[in-house]
Amino acid sequence: MTGLTKVLIVDDDEEFLSLYQKLLSQHVTVAGGVLTANTGQRALGLLESEQIGLMIVDLNLPRMDGLQVISIVRRKHPQTRLVVLTSLHDEQFRARAYALGVDQYWLKPETDHETGLFLEAMEALMRRDAQVGFRGVQNKSLADIIQIECLAQSTSLLRITHGVVEGRLWLVRGDLVDAETQELKGEDAFQKIISWVEGTFESLPGDENRTRTIFTSVQGLLLNSAQAFDEAAQAELQSPTAGGRSGPPAPVLSDLSGYAGVECAIVQNALDGGNEDHWGIHDPKQVADWSHKSMKDFRALGDKLGAGEVRRVFFISSERKYAVSAVGPRDVCVGFQSTLQLTDMRDILRTILTKWAS
Amino acid sequence: MGFLNFIPFLKRNSDTDLIRLPSGTFTMDAKGVIVSSTLPTSFPIAHVREIGRCVMDSFRTAKQSRIRIKEIHIHYSTLKVTAKEMRGSAVVFVMPTTLEESSY
Repeated sequence: MTGLTKVLIVDDDEEFLSLYQKLLSQHVTVAGGVLTANTGQRALGLLESEQIGLMIVDLNLPRMDGLQVISIVRRKHPQTRLVVLTSLHDEQFRARAYALGVDQYWLKPETDHETGLFLEAMEALMRRDAQVGFRGVQNKSLADIIQIECLAQSTSLLRITHGVVEGRLWLVRGDLVDAETQELKGEDAFQKIISWVEGTFESLPGDENRTRTIFTSVQGLLLNSAQAFDEAAQAELQSPTAGGRSGPPAPVLSDLSGYAGVECAIVQNALDGGNEDHWGIHDPKQVADWSHKSMKDFRALGDKLGAGEVRRVFFISSERKYAVSAVGPRDVCVGFQSTLQLTDMRDILRTILTKWAS
Repeated sequence: MGFLNFIPFLKRNSDTDLIRLPSGTFTMDAKGVIVSSTLPTSFPIAHVREIGRCVMDSFRTAKQSRIRIKEIHIHYSTLKVTAKEMRGSAVVFVMPTTLEESSY
């Protein structure tokens, strides 16, 4: 896959494709050009061979419908921005598209004004394509957001999510008074949160009476963290293994012994089912083979139904309960005591995944 | 761009051939035959069979691996499937999930 980032429009109407190819080429800055596809299969083929930064897709497509296409694209090409552009005015499909992970859902513009708004939105999406940042303020770092809140003398609670991890910062009249994430509190929590480069944030009503746990000024904290980042970056450059990493590190299974009710775990490559690690189980092959085959089938089923990615699967037997969930390119199968309730299993799994994600 | 106002394919509608995710239950016997179903008829029977086949295969392969699975709960982004094993056959519950439920 080579070349500059392109836009791909998927619609079964040739006239529509031709019109929007022209409009996007003229009004949106697209370095690599605008491609079109009139079926979902053709679009998936193009995604394999071209560098597609933004895909605009209709929902009504022949054979493989738009939701099925979105479901597959979100799983196989998570970096591609997805926009639905459809004439279908139906709240259920809109909610479903968002649940599948689309960035925006647009009804096909009917007026010049709406067309202008759509093209502006596409331009903004393309502009922020190469930038990291927080959703909604894509070109701003978390440090920028905090500084803006401080300058505005806000009393607010900033809720920041980074994958499955959540952090909270309390500001009272522009002063940072408290921070929390996972088991960390105060300045330690702040340093952890500020290290996140991507995520989402929400500004919620603040709490004037929040107990102060942070006594250093925001500027001082930001200066400390900037220094720590520089030192870490320097150390990484000097490391003999620098540049040799491939993907996120595998979860550390020995951590699991600290969770009540967890009996065993297997980490597998989600693609080929290769057993990467196991803990608390002598012969993991049988469980691993069954779990991998089931997950493979369930993922294919999700694509076929347009139901989206498999978030987690619980298997219940009389001897043991199993929970399987994806962690990056791997599937983790965790075995629990059979007496554990499903809700407890879900909470423990969530805690484990949160810890690994952070 | 005023000509856009006259192009028929840009008109919005709510008619579609898209398949809505169903809510209901069905039973599949050991031979893979759908015995009973409360799923809407608009939901293709091929999809019902595929759901049934997947969960039955998982029950079967687990059994071959000497793991006696009684229940499977699959959480997709937009759908929840629960299957219970009943002496070789399976009863399967299918339910769409809301945005809130689908977030972890």
